[in-house]
Amino acid sequence: MSETVSPVMFLILAFATIGGAVMMLSTRNVVHAAFWLLEIMVATAGLYLLLSAEFLALVQVLVYAGAVSVLVLFVIMLTLRRREDAIRPYEPSWAGTIIAALFLGALYMAITRFVPVIAEMPEKVPGVADFGREMFTTWMLPFEVASLVLLAALVGAVWWSKGGDGR
Amino acid sequence: MSVGPLHFMALAAVLFSLGLYGVLSRKSTIMTLMCLELMANAVNINLVAFSHYRTPALMTGQMFAVFSMVVSAAEIGLGLALVLAIYRLRKTVELDAMQELKG
Repeated sequence: MSETVSPVMFLILAFATIGGAVMMLSTRNVVHAAFWLLEIMVATAGLYLLLSAEFLALVQVLVYAGAVSVLVLFVIMLTLRRREDAIRPYEPSWAGTIIAALFLGALYMAITRFVPVIAEMPEKVPGVADFGREMFTTWMLPFEVASLVLLAALVGAVWWSKGGDGR
Repeated sequence: MSVGPLHFMALAAVLFSLGLYGVLSRKSTIMTLMCLELMANAVNINLVAFSHYRTPALMTGQMFAVFSMVVSAAEIGLGLALVLAIYRLRKTVELDAMQELKG
């Protein structure tokens, strides 16, 4: 990937992510919403590629587009008794709209006042090898803690979702 | 036109606000969890964008994004396990049906 971000690709991917989010919130079918979430995650992986974060793009596709979407779809299917239950009533929320709009306004004010300091891109754009070297030297301890977190979450998820009266 | 960090911040702000609206307005637990994932995704976009523009050689933001992904993967796994456990008890996943703590 080059060190500059292509505007055309950025616009396409920004449209894909925001459009996907709008579609996810406007559709009434939960299963369709899950598929729109999948589309958002894939478009986000494209944004990561644009930002020359190849490894993160790969992880994004593996974890979000692969694992999380399948998990969400499984739980949707397991908790629906009839096919019609997937269609939900239209549920707009004025309080939610106002809070989200206020939050967006606050973020807008913060962004317009922010003066970015842009560092010079190094001669050689760091790739996956540099990422791995950095991760297993500087970030070694957080990496191990992260694996512990995942192990605890795995055990907890199995414990919670196992049969009701099996103690 | 060149794409700078401000563009990515604006995109992430819009995505985060859409996710916030979804979390506040949906009444299905699964939809709420999906909107939470959307918000975490917006934060990750910001982290990677700052990593690209601010610390391109050290990739600090990318490391933070990796750990943020770990936490949100754990969160969605545990959240969906809880949804299944609640469904087994109550036969519903509607947030309106869970009101035991209401005074």
